[in-house]
Amino acid sequence: MNPPNRSFRRAALACAFAPLLAWSAPPQTHAESVVTVAMTAGDIPNTTGNPDQGFEGFRFVGYNLYDSLALWDLSRSDKPSDIKPGLATSWEVDPNNHRRWIFHLRQGVKWHDGCPFTAEDVLWNLARVTDQKAPQFYTLQMALSRSYTTNFESAEKVDDNTVAITTKVAESLFPYSMSYLLMVSRCRAEALKYDWGAYAEHPSGTGPYKFDRMVAHERLELLPNKDYWDPKRVAKHDRLILLPMPEAATRTAALLTGQVNFVEAPSPDAIPRLKSAGMQIVTNQYPHNWPYILNFVRGPMTDIRVRRAANYALNRSEFVELLGGMAMEEYATMPPGTPYYGHPVRYEFNQDKAKALLKEAGCMPCKIVLAISTSGSGQMQPLPMNELVKSQLEEVGFQVEFKVMDWNSLIEVGRSGVVKYPEIDGYNGSRALLDPLSALIKPVWKLHWSPAGANWGHFYDPEIEELVGQILNDFDAETRLEKLTKLHELENDRALMIWVVHDLNPRALSPKLHGFVQAQNWFQDLTPISVDP
Amino acid sequence: MLGYIGRRILFAIPIAFGVSVVCFSLVYLAPGDPLQTILPSDATAEMVAQIKQAYGLDRPLPVQFLLWLGHVLTGDFGMSISTRRPVILEVTGALSNTFMLTSFAVPLAFIVGYTMGAIAGCFPGRAIDRVVTGASVVGVSLPNYWLGIVLVIVFAVELMALPATGMGPKGSAEFSFFRWSDAQYLVQPVVTLSMIPVGIISRTTRAAVSEVLNQDFVTTLRAKGLGEFAVIRHVLKNSAPQVLAVMGLQFGYLMGGSILVETVFTWPGSGFMLSKAIINRDIPVLQGTILFLAMIFVATNLVVDLLQSVIDPRIRRS
Repeated sequence: MNPPNRSFRRAALACAFAPLLAWSAPPQTHAESVVTVAMTAGDIPNTTGNPDQGFEGFRFVGYNLYDSLALWDLSRSDKPSDIKPGLATSWEVDPNNHRRWIFHLRQGVKWHDGCPFTAEDVLWNLARVTDQKAPQFYTLQMALSRSYTTNFESAEKVDDNTVAITTKVAESLFPYSMSYLLMVSRCRAEALKYDWGAYAEHPSGTGPYKFDRMVAHERLELLPNKDYWDPKRVAKHDRLILLPMPEAATRTAALLTGQVNFVEAPSPDAIPRLKSAGMQIVTNQYPHNWPYILNFVRGPMTDIRVRRAANYALNRSEFVELLGGMAMEEYATMPPGTPYYGHPVRYEFNQDKAKALLKEAGCMPCKIVLAISTSGSGQMQPLPMNELVKSQLEEVGFQVEFKVMDWNSLIEVGRSGVVKYPEIDGYNGSRALLDPLSALIKPVWKLHWSPAGANWGHFYDPEIEELVGQILNDFDAETRLEKLTKLHELENDRALMIWVVHDLNPRALSPKLHGFVQAQNWFQDLTPISVDP
Repeated sequence: MLGYIGRRILFAIPIAFGVSVVCFSLVYLAPGDPLQTILPSDATAEMVAQIKQAYGLDRPLPVQFLLWLGHVLTGDFGMSISTRRPVILEVTGALSNTFMLTSFAVPLAFIVGYTMGAIAGCFPGRAIDRVVTGASVVGVSLPNYWLGIVLVIVFAVELMALPATGMGPKGSAEFSFFRWSDAQYLVQPVVTLSMIPVGIISRTTRAAVSEVLNQDFVTTLRAKGLGEFAVIRHVLKNSAPQVLAVMGLQFGYLMGGSILVETVFTWPGSGFMLSKAIINRDIPVLQGTILFLAMIFVATNLVVDLLQSVIDPRIRRS
C-alpha cells in the first residue's frame, strides 16, 4: 500500500466522520503486559483436563494450565520437536516385561492450589479417564483422552516417586500417548466434590499459567505461574487472554485495531495488508498434511497405478501460489526434515506419466468420487483447493465427482470408514502427524481398520504389517528410527494417499511482541513472549 | 379482552410443541454426530457406542424426544453436550446479550424505517419518495455481513474510532451501557443489524400509507376541510396495524440474533450460539434456543395483535 494514499484516505475519512470521532475513544489499553490471542476456535476450549477444540485447545488451554508426564519440546524452530520430560523426569520400559513402563516422577512440583504433586495423583488421573467405577471418573474426559488410553491396561505405584503403567500390548511408542494425557489436581476435584462443571470454572493444574477468570464462550484469562517447576518457562508477560474468534476477517481487524496482539491463521489474502501495517508474520513447517485418504476395498483407488497417476497429476506449486505461499508442496506423508522422512518417491508433476499409468490401468476416463468439506479444522481453503485438484486430475483423464459436506459430516465419514461409505473413493481430511503412531502406523495397520480405528480405507500390505509389528516391539530408539524411515518410504511407494500440501501455519503478531519461537509443532510455547509497553 | 389473551396463549402451546418436534427431527435428519466435539476423529465404533450410552443418545429418537419434553416441562432444559453447562444458562445468557443489541437496533430500525416510509408514502411519486424507496431497497439488499465488515474496515481499522469485535474490554460479564468504553462495542453491530429492518419497515410503511391515502375516507376528511396535518394523522393511524405486524416480525427476527452479524463482530448472542450449536450438533442447546426463540415470536405476535386491536377496535370485534 502506498503510504501517502493511505494517509490521505485516513484524513478524508476522519473529516467525513468527525462528529462520530468526537464522541468516540480508542479501545481501552492495558497497563500490564498482556498477550491477547485471537484463536480460530468457536468457543473456549474445555478446562477440565484434556481440552476439546482439537489441538488448538491443547495449544492454548491444555498445555498452559496443565502438564503431562511427557511434554513437547517447543523451544526451537529449526527442527521438528519431540517429547521431553514433563511431570516425569525419565521413563523406561521394564526389561523383563515390555508391556510395563516405569515413569520416574518430578519432585517438588505443586498444583496451582498448593497441594504437592504425587504418585497417587498420577494413578488418580489415569483412573479418572479409564475406570468407570472410580468416583472421579468423568465421561467427557474419558472421551477426550480415549485416543491416548486405548492401550492402557493398569497402573501401580512403585514408590513415592515412581509409577508403573502396563499396556495391553507391547508398544515402543507408548510414551507419546502419555504426552497427551493432562493431569488435573485431585485436591481441587475433591474439594469441589467432583463437580466437574465447577472445576471448569476453578481449574487447577501444574502448568505454566494459572486460571484467573473466564467469561463463558468469550474469554479466558490466565496468569503466569511464578512457581512453575521449569524456571525457563515462567511467562515473561503479566497476563494471557484467549479469545475465540472463528471468523478470519474479524481476527485480522482485531489485530489491526490493537484489540488483540496475536492472531492464529490469518487468511492468506490478508497477509499483505497485515505486513503493510507492520505486523510480524511467522510461519514454519509442522507435522500437518492435506491429503486424500483412499478406498482400498473397491473402486479405481485399489489399483496402485491409479493412485500413482493421481499423485503425478498434481502440480503442487499452483497450490502454494493459490495459498499465497503459506504452504509447501507435499510429496509424502511427513514434511521434509522429519527424522524418519528418508528418501520417499517424489511424485513430481508429470501429466504424461499420469496419463500412461491410467491407460495401463484401463481406467479412462477414471471416474472417482471424493468427499470434501466446506470448512474445518486444518482444512485450509478447502473449496478452491479441491476445485484445483479436480481440474488438475481431470486434465490427465480422471472424472471427479465431489460429495460436498460440512465438517461434522466429513468427520462422520472418516469415523465410520469405507464399509459404510463404499461409494466414496477418497476423502479430503487434514491430518495431525505429531507422533509416528498417529502419522504412519494407524493409517496402515490392520488392527486399526475402520470403524475400529484410523485405517479408513482398510489398507493392508503384508510387508508393511510385519514392519509395524517390528517397530512396536523395538525399544531401541536408533534401530526403531531406521524402521520408521523404511515405513515412511514404503507407504510412499504404495501411494497410500494423494498428497497435496503441508500447511505452513501462519500467525500474525503485533510488532510489540517479542520472543515467540514458532516450533515445528501443533503446540506452541507462549511463555517466552514479552510485550513492549 | 382477557378471553382473547387467554385464547392466544392457548394457541401458543401447540405451536411450541410443533416447533420442538420439527426442530428435533431436522437436527437428527442432518448428517453428522452430536458427539463430534468431544469424540476424537479416530474414535472406534465401540467408543462411540459407549459415549452415546453415557449421554443417553443410544435410545430411540421418540424416547429421547419425550424424555427431553418431560424435563422441559419441569424447567430442566438439560446440559450442553459440548460445554456441560446447563442449557438454561447458555440460552438466557446468549439471549440477554442479543437483547442488548436488539434494545438499540429495534428503536433505531422502527424510528428510522417508519419515518422514512411515512414521508415517502405521503409524497408518492415525488423526489423524496424516490430517494427513500431507493434507500430502502439498498437497506434490504445489502448483505449485512458485508456491511459489517465494511464498517469494521472504515471505523475500526482505518479511523480507529470504534472497536472491531467483542463485547467490551472485559466481556459480557462486566458490560455496562453506561460506560462508553463498553457501549462503543454496540455501535457497529447495532447499525449493521438494523439496516435490513429499516428497509423492510420503510417499504411496508410507504405502501400502507400510500394505500390509505387513496381511500375514500381521506377524500371525505379533506372535503370536510380538515387540515393536511390532521389528515396525515388519521392516515398514519389507519396504516398502523399493517406496519405493526411487520414490526413485530422484525422484532422476533432481531431477537433471534443474526448468525452472520454476531459472527462478524464476535458478539456472544443467540445467533452466534445457534451457529456453534448447529456446527457441533449440540442438540440440547439447539432445542432450547429454538424453543425460546419460538416463544419470543409467539409472545411478540400476541403483543402485536393486542396493540392492533387497541388501535383498531374492528379487529377485536371481528
